[in-house]
Order: sequence, then C-alpha cells, then structure tokens
Amino acid sequence: MSLRIVVCVKYVPDATGDRHFAEDLTVDRDDVDGLLSELDEYAVEQALQIKEAADDAEITVLTVGPEDANDALRKALSMGADKAVHVEDDDLHGTDALGTSLVLAKAIEKTGYDLVVCGMASTDGTMGVLPALLAERLNVPQVTQLSEVSVDGGKVTGRRDGDTATEQLEAALPAVVSVTDQSGEARYPSFKGIMAAKKKPVESLDLEDLEIEADEVGLEGAWTKVDGAAERPARTAGTIVKDEGEGGKQLAEFLAGQKFI
Amino acid sequence: MAEVLVYVDHVDGAVRKPTLELLTLARRIGEPVAVHLGANAEDAAKILGEHGAVKVLAADAPEFAEYLVAPKVDALQAAYDAVSPAAVLLPSSAEGKEIAARLALRIGSGIITDAVDVEAGDEGPVATQSVFAASYTTKSRITKGTPVITVKPNSAAPEAAPAAGTVEQLAVTVADSSKGTKIVSRTPRESTGRPDLTEAAIVVSGGRGVNGAENFPVIEALADSLGAAVGASRAAVDAGWYPHTNQVGQTGKSVSPQLYIAAGISGAIQHRAGMQTSKTIVAINKDEEAPIFELVDYGVVGDLFDVVPALTDEVKTRKG
Repeated sequence: MSLRIVVCVKYVPDATGDRHFAEDLTVDRDDVDGLLSELDEYAVEQALQIKEAADDAEITVLTVGPEDANDALRKALSMGADKAVHVEDDDLHGTDALGTSLVLAKAIEKTGYDLVVCGMASTDGTMGVLPALLAERLNVPQVTQLSEVSVDGGKVTGRRDGDTATEQLEAALPAVVSVTDQSGEARYPSFKGIMAAKKKPVESLDLEDLEIEADEVGLEGAWTKVDGAAERPARTAGTIVKDEGEGGKQLAEFLAGQKFI
Repeated sequence: MAEVLVYVDHVDGAVRKPTLELLTLARRIGEPVAVHLGANAEDAAKILGEHGAVKVLAADAPEFAEYLVAPKVDALQAAYDAVSPAAVLLPSSAEGKEIAARLALRIGSGIITDAVDVEAGDEGPVATQSVFAASYTTKSRITKGTPVITVKPNSAAPEAAPAAGTVEQLAVTVADSSKGTKIVSRTPRESTGRPDLTEAAIVVSGGRGVNGAENFPVIEALADSLGAAVGASRAAVDAGWYPHTNQVGQTGKSVSPQLYIAAGISGAIQHRAGMQTSKTIVAINKDEEAPIFELVDYGVVGDLFDVVPALTDEVKTRKG
C-alpha cells in the first residue's frame, strides 16, 4: 500500500526584507516578497528521501495562506512533491497558531495520510508549536525536532537533539514528524522539476470544504490579541575603534567600565 | 490571590535557572505553584521555595522518561485541574513550547511563546515579545481561556522570595494515547564545564572569521577567562567547526545575555535574530563594513587572532 506523506509548508515574508505590521497588527504581506519558509525546505527534502527509500509513496504538499502562497507549493512541487493542496479563504486572515492547526488538521484528514512532515518552526512566527498541535489534534504520535529521520516497516524513527540530551525516538505510523535544519541540505529544483511542476495538480480548498466556521479562525477567532507593536529604537551608535595593536586592551577597558571584568 | 502554575525544568531535581526566572515573573501575576515531574522533587522544592513557590506539585512516573512530551502534558493538565490557575508559565525550550501548545489546546486556551517579559494587566497577563529578528517588540495577551505563556531564558533576574515550597503529590494518569512516541535511548550531553548557552550571562561567539575548528580554542580561551558560554554562527557550524548545539541564530539558540561578544561574525539576519536582544553587544571583525557593527555598543575593526588573545590576556591580568 502506498505511503501517503503530507508535508505542511508555509509561505513567509522574506526575512531579508523590511518586515513590518499592517494597521490591524497582522504582518504586512503586501510590502515584502514572500517565499517558501527555508525551514520547510528541509521538511520537503526529508519527505523526498523517505519516498525514495519506500517502495511506493506519494507526497502531497499542503499550505494555508493567501493566493501568493501558491508560490511555496510550486517550489515544493518543483523539488519533487507529487501534488498540492492550497487552503485559501478570506476569512483566514489573522488566524493564529491554534486556528492554523485546526485548518491543517482538517485538510490533512481530508487528504488522507500516514505521515505528516513539518519544518521545526516557521521563519516568521518561529513558535515551533505547530507539529505538536497537529499531533494533539490528529491524536497520533509526535516525533519532533529530528536531525535524522527514517521510515521503515510502518515505523518512523529519528534522532532528537535536545538541550540536555540526544534522544533516539520511535513511533508507529500514522505520526507527525518535524525536522530541523540539521536533517540535511535541501535540494535545488532541477529544470526538469520546474517544468514538471507546472503540470502537477493543485487542489484548492476553502473553509466550507473543511467544515470550519469562519468564527473559529481569522483575527476574530484568534485566542491571542496583539495590543501594540513598537519598532525597536535604533541602537545608539556604538564606539568603533580600529585595532592598531591596542584593540584588545581598549576593549578590555570598555568591558571593565561596564563591570564585566 | 490567584495561583500561577510554573512548569519546572530540571535535570534529576537540579532546577535550571530559567525556572527561577519564571517564578519571579509568576509572582507579578499571582502565587507561584511549581509542577515538578520526575525524580528528586524534594531537592528541587528547596530552591523552588526559596524563589517563591508556595507549593510544589510533584509526580514521578516512568512514562515521563520513556515517552516523548505527551505524558508530561497529561501531568500538567492534572495540575491545572487541581489548581485552576490564573496562568501557566513554561520555559521556552523546544519541549517547553510543545508541552505548552498541547496543554493550551486541551484546556481551550490561547498560547503565547517566547515572551521576554510578563506583567499583570487589567485583562490578564500581558506578554512582551521580540519579533522580526528583534526589530519590533509587541505586547500581547490571551483572550480565551487560561493564559499559557512560554518565556525565554534571561527574561528576568531570579529573585529570592522565601515561601513554603511544600511538596504535594500529584496524581497523574498517563493516557495510552500519550505513549505513542517511545524514547528508545537517551545520551546526556557531555558537560564542557562552561555555562549553558541560553542561560549564560556572557556569551562569546565565533563565526566564519575563526577559519577552522582548530582555531576555536582562541574563542574558548576568551570565554573561559570571562566565565562565558561559547556560541557559533551558522556558517561556523555548517562548516563543521563547532557543534550545532552551540549555534546562535534563528535556527539555533536564541540568546539574550548581559554581554554578547561576536568574533569574526559578519552579522547576517539569521544570526542577528538570535542575539539582537543581548544587553551589551561587542564585535571584533576585520571588515569595517560588516553589518554586525550596526548593532554594537563597542566594536573593534581588526584581526580577531590579534584582538581576542590580547583581550583574553588583559582579562586574566585584571582578574588576577
């Protein structure tokens, strides 16, 4: 039987751009170019490697986001994913992590899955909670923060490098996996991959398709409220000296003045 | 006064510093009740009590060590049911955030992660976060349910506040569905003898300019003279010069020490995201155009192999 892999990806504002907030204190997406979150490229890569090691597997790449988020799906398809699902609905604007996990969980169930692969965190919100939320909602094991992952005989195994220990994990499928940026460099799409991606199917779903009420998601349905956002004041220009043999001493003087020595 | 649950991060009863910071923040919004899962709760209770925990809810079950995350969520939920707290605070570690997220979903509450400050507000706790690579700070609150907030290390100075710290056993039933992810083996990280990167008051980091694993002892020597932790940029880690566990940056550790010294690091956005909230920033770099100099309180344009050893010697001399 075919191994059904769903990879969750996010279309994020480019971190090298000048990101700021819109009036409703959501991220202003009009002002900065978006792209497939770099950390999700690792998830796509691991899904591709799992597929390559399996007899028969199919990768669906899934995103929740505005029309432009289609770009993230195309990138994943050009890397080698087989098909895509795009959940798009005006009522999704401002949805928080809990709401997003609801939408993703419903879409994953609708698509059908044996394995869900996510990046360790998005590069914009950087919360890193979505894989755990998906595991809780889908009621399947979470095998998260993996620097190594493999699937064999209906089981997923992996290595998790924690703060105080390295753990070897194991769970039966179905399961939710997240991978870190240590899991292995993501491949570049080939020209052939880019051409093939244009013909791959992208299914579009809205809230009605997923039987989710508008007030469960969006800014209104959010469980948290941002009351204010302030641009960090520019740091006052620091002292910069050129080392002409005394740089180390001068720096020590500064550190002593600040009571660090 | 309302009770506030504080999840205890510890290694066999040795409480890690971020938990003491959580107790300090918890006292601003209520009476801290610590939740200790695992062995040696009595040892932990002493220091937790000294820092304001009125009570320590303790549970030990083999499942906490045998399965990943979910049994701890069961336990924290039991503590939540026992106390009906005004808020739940956890450390912003990978595991702390995962536990927090699953608990929030179960109890029907919102969640805020990576807070750098928590204060009491008219409509519940207000959390400060640092976003977009620390270029903005936001103030947020949770509008539904009991606020679940994870807090980054070094967000508050731990304050002594003697309280009873009475240990009470917490009855926990681990659900079968929480035993899905087996921890087949665990290898504790070997101690370097240096402070933990995320907890350290001073961090000295090396980057591309260190130019090889064989040169990292130059960085380590400075760190040791200052009693600091050692960090590395992604470039240095990707080149295999230093372990990933020491990576500072968006995909590594986010640090916020009193003093951050960047040697041979240009200051790419990825790195800045992980260190920009440091209180005092110092950089040493040959390239005077390096973006890191935009952030510094003090910068030295020069060869790190001249400046860093000279600084190390000077620190040693001054410290006697």
